[in-house]
Amino acid sequence: MNVMSVPTGGKRTIYSMLVAFSSVILLMMLAGLVMRLSQGGIITLQADMFYKLLTVHGVGMVGIAGLGGSTIMWYFLRQYVQLHTSILISTFILFLIGVICILASIFLGQFAGAWTFLFPLPGQSMGVWTNQAAILFLVGLLIIGVAFVLFYLDAGRAIIQKYGSFSNSLGWPQLFFNSSDEAPPPTIVASTMVTIVNTLALVAGASILIMMIINIVNPNFTIDPLLAKNMIYFFGHTFINATIYMAIIAVYEILPLYVNRPWKSNRVFLAAWTASTIMVLIVYPHHLFMDFAMPTWMLIMGQIISYTSGFPVLLVTTIGTLAIIHRSGIRWDAASALLVLSVFGWAGGVIPAVIDGTISVNQVMHNTLWVPGHFHFYLVIGMIAMVFGFMYFLIKDNNKGQDNALDRISFWVYTLAAIGFVFMFLASGKEGVARRFAIHFPEWQGYAAVASIFALFIIVAASVFSIRFIFRLNASKLIP
Amino acid sequence: MLQQASWLITIILVTLLAIIFLVIAFNAAKAKKDYVPIQTSAYLLRSRLFILSLLVLIPVIGYSLTQMPYDTATASNERFKTVTAVGHQWYWEISDTTASVKEDVIYKVTSADVNHGFAIYNANLEVIAQTQAMPKYTNELRVRYPKPGRYKILCLEYCGLAHHAMITEITVSP
Repeated sequence: MNVMSVPTGGKRTIYSMLVAFSSVILLMMLAGLVMRLSQGGIITLQADMFYKLLTVHGVGMVGIAGLGGSTIMWYFLRQYVQLHTSILISTFILFLIGVICILASIFLGQFAGAWTFLFPLPGQSMGVWTNQAAILFLVGLLIIGVAFVLFYLDAGRAIIQKYGSFSNSLGWPQLFFNSSDEAPPPTIVASTMVTIVNTLALVAGASILIMMIINIVNPNFTIDPLLAKNMIYFFGHTFINATIYMAIIAVYEILPLYVNRPWKSNRVFLAAWTASTIMVLIVYPHHLFMDFAMPTWMLIMGQIISYTSGFPVLLVTTIGTLAIIHRSGIRWDAASALLVLSVFGWAGGVIPAVIDGTISVNQVMHNTLWVPGHFHFYLVIGMIAMVFGFMYFLIKDNNKGQDNALDRISFWVYTLAAIGFVFMFLASGKEGVARRFAIHFPEWQGYAAVASIFALFIIVAASVFSIRFIFRLNASKLIP
Repeated sequence: MLQQASWLITIILVTLLAIIFLVIAFNAAKAKKDYVPIQTSAYLLRSRLFILSLLVLIPVIGYSLTQMPYDTATASNERFKTVTAVGHQWYWEISDTTASVKEDVIYKVTSADVNHGFAIYNANLEVIAQTQAMPKYTNELRVRYPKPGRYKILCLEYCGLAHHAMITEITVSP
């Protein structure tokens, strides 16, 4: 497989996107810290400000995780297929415009309808925010959605141009028909999967956003709340999952360079990705277990698929990672350590996720802090670590600077603090602490107070990662 | 009970996973070995893990699906009463806030405005049951209170500014 070099314009855009990623991640982490401090009774935050921070933290983290994952996917996919740099730039600009709309709706328009924008809350705030603010928020999300649709359309076009069809780029000839041709590389397989699932998710998301905007402008246009919930969770679940499926490409591409061992697509790998492509699309009803009005068969499917959805790709990736580094003579540095950590974070986070994906457990855990416990596990220790690992990898290019003690200490601070932080969420969930509460009962406050200390250490370590990236980017010849 | 079990299983499995990662990571930088035999063993391990997971997960799924809260019509206790519970921003309107441990209560839960979550907490602040309160839909939740005392109803779906203050009480008699 001939690998192409990434054009300068593309690299510059990727670096800019990663600077945006680092900045937004740090700001959103700070918002999270302030919320935990408030829940812990250490500082006093008015409820309206708490829920505005909750909204900006949720939407900011999901959006920036999408952007971070996209940088990894684009950077490596561009080495195999002809992506348009201009589309990448358009995606980034549209993303920033959407962010401005969302920030204005929250901090100028007082919008605090949470990132999940569950219908009909955005249009029914009891006078806390205006309909204009709600529309601005929904339009902001829509613009970001359009940005990502553009990104995936270009990826899909480029993949089909080279491989002829998605079935070829998923490796179906090798998987089902014993084709002796070389299977598409992991980056192509993962990018195809994400392009398929996220295009569908974004179309559903954009549809419900437009429906809700129309409903706010003209309430005679009514929406079934359960349909709206289905569409929102189909979009939201798929999109946030896909951030990991994009970011994991960094593990497939970078770790082999460290150990000089190949990571190729064999039949099990191809089967796992095809299985996950289908299952990721039908797993979302596990968000609706407590909506008893849902058809029971969908809820049962939600549980069964929750147990199996990420499992195939997770198994091949976890075992693959452990095998590829085992007695490999790997040189540990921040990039390789963060990437291996990220696979642990992903696999570890799936454990409490699957448990909560059991209907009977969900009845006592749903919307407690167990839920943010599991997703912070695989986002903070998994997905974000993948992007930071990728960033460290990039600044090694053409750069003589080696990691020093600060990087090593920061890695361990990040790892241990993140584990402590997510276990505070999980312990709170075990105790029934409600999710999204501005004010906690005194019995609950201790968990939030301890979590705040861990959060502070995460922020310190993440700041080191980000500052190192920005400084080394400047110091090196990476920006022509 | 379920909460404790979930917590313990998570702690055990995450610890096990962490140990595996740490052991392999700490040995990874040691003298290099040939990759082919490692890969062969890894593939074998992967197949075994896959089969083991199926053997564990299939019975777990099967058993847990017998514990679903959806079928409110065929519960064992013949003594029951029906209570309506309507969520409003930001209060609960419940037709009867008393119950007895001798009877089941079937809550017909809905909402007058946005989505809410109807969650019943015991005196130790543990969730004993919940369902969503949705506009235009009624979710039936069948509950048998385990002990007499005061139970709290909290909202477990974010519904706006005073979401956290949307609390009421149920008094359960012997």
